[in-house]
Amino acid sequence: MATVLIYAEHKEGKVKKVTHELISEANRAGAESVVFVAGQGLDAVNKELGEMGAKRVIAAQGDAVKFYSNEAYGKLFVDAVKSTNPSVILIPATAQGKDLAPRIAALLGVGLASDCTKIQIDGEKLKATRPIYAGKAVADVEFVGPKPYMATVRPNALSVGAASPGASAAVTALSLDTGALKSTVKDVVRGATAKLDVTEANIVVSGGRAMKNSENFAILEKLSEVLPNSAVGASRAAVDAGYRPHSYQVGQTGKVVSPTLYIACGISGAIQHLAGMRTSKIIVAINKDPEAPIFQVADYGIVGDLFEVVPLLTEEFKKALG
Amino acid sequence: MNIFVCIKQVPATETKIKINGSGTGIDTTGVKWIMSPYDEFAVEEALRLKEKNAGSTVTVFSAGPSRIAETLRTALAMGCDNAVCVDTPEEIDSFQAAKCLAEAIRKEGKPDVIFTGKQAIDDDCAQVSQLLATFLELPYATVVLNAEYGSGQITVKRETEGGTIEIIALPTPCLIAAQKGLNEPRFASLPNIMKAKKKEIKTHPMASLGVTDADRKIKLVNMQLPPAKAAGKKLAGDAAAQSKDLVKLLREEAKVL
Repeated sequence: MATVLIYAEHKEGKVKKVTHELISEANRAGAESVVFVAGQGLDAVNKELGEMGAKRVIAAQGDAVKFYSNEAYGKLFVDAVKSTNPSVILIPATAQGKDLAPRIAALLGVGLASDCTKIQIDGEKLKATRPIYAGKAVADVEFVGPKPYMATVRPNALSVGAASPGASAAVTALSLDTGALKSTVKDVVRGATAKLDVTEANIVVSGGRAMKNSENFAILEKLSEVLPNSAVGASRAAVDAGYRPHSYQVGQTGKVVSPTLYIACGISGAIQHLAGMRTSKIIVAINKDPEAPIFQVADYGIVGDLFEVVPLLTEEFKKALG
Repeated sequence: MNIFVCIKQVPATETKIKINGSGTGIDTTGVKWIMSPYDEFAVEEALRLKEKNAGSTVTVFSAGPSRIAETLRTALAMGCDNAVCVDTPEEIDSFQAAKCLAEAIRKEGKPDVIFTGKQAIDDDCAQVSQLLATFLELPYATVVLNAEYGSGQITVKRETEGGTIEIIALPTPCLIAAQKGLNEPRFASLPNIMKAKKKEIKTHPMASLGVTDADRKIKLVNMQLPPAKAAGKKLAGDAAAQSKDLVKLLREEAKVL
């Protein structure tokens, strides 16, 4: 049976959903899912990984790996590769995964398909599909180098299998030999809000230049509050005008998102913005200008004043979801 | 200080992408080429560091087909001192690109710091910075929003999800991959553009650096445009009716609530 080695990402004792997505994909393909995890206090995480369907967990636990670092985690992950000999390696396309995966690829001398939206594990082979030009096109990745074949996979791209309460994975402790480290992670400062990132959210509510100022984003925040697993985003025009920080920006020079529902408020729909959100399952556009290009990709369009529509919409969602 | 910066030439962000006949790349006819936007922050950061440290030089590197000379000249016009071009075929993968840059860098002596953009906005791989640093055995930080330069050490703030910031101390030499927000890139002045036209660009054919097609790890194939979306519905009535309808449609027709 082919082995798939998966990088587990977790935060505050909880495994991130994208890890579950990767485990489910490996199990669906009939491969042996082995999960690498590093950090402190991993008991709850290891238990959750078992319930998510991991067959084996390789855990690097201790103070030396309190914080993520590409040097320490890269060395330990390569140790896990040596002991498990996987044919495929799957890593979440998150801030950590994107930073780490190329380092592992370089250390192993193997190919990496970045930020994939579809993968197919076929025996020991991996087929990957990924957006390029921020989603203006898609391409398949053909691996022409040696195994293991690596991919980072975008959150929400793959479906999760049912959890099996009570199921457990065989946990092996990995020796914490990080080698000599050059850089030091001094601190990790949590964002002011505990909110989801736009790339992780199931629903994204975005504002454009028509928001007029940063204070007006409060009406989008209010709408987001009534929508479960949602986050607020912004167009480049809104970010460049200083209404929101760049971490909110959706588009070619910002983040590329594919949530279940994308609500574009006062966004005209420049080609660079469409590139960042056109793969969303359902797109709603609210804009005064009936000719705005955003309506060409919207499943549902409201031609109107967002300042009038958004508060009413918030009330309607409240009633429907209450 | 010996400051290096790596850049990539990419199609302008407003480009409408067309696929070439073999599905392995884009049709480059009529494409306007620019420096990848994140690389502009890398160049700017290199120049600011040079300006604070008298006697420093900034050398800019790029790997790609011969048209990249134009983008290297843009970097020279912004204020870089030297330019090195690795001449490659049109389609190379990240591994080959990083190897080309690593070998070209080794020929120019030891850097104190290498700046890159966090990703190029064409293939969006976001791999070369990390591959290059690992090949050169340098520590690195990606998606860097802020950097403070101490003696023999650079402390960076790196952006992760939800506005969370990692603070990392890197000893020099190291590699820093820039995120938007690191600085405000300058425009080249006309005199500098004129001066840049006369500067020499050192060129290495890829093969002369020992990089071949055997170094390739992945190929992009079957490139396609995303399927066109069917026309959506515009909702009728006043704002109250539209809002009510929308929630109903999202729940009953789209089934996303």
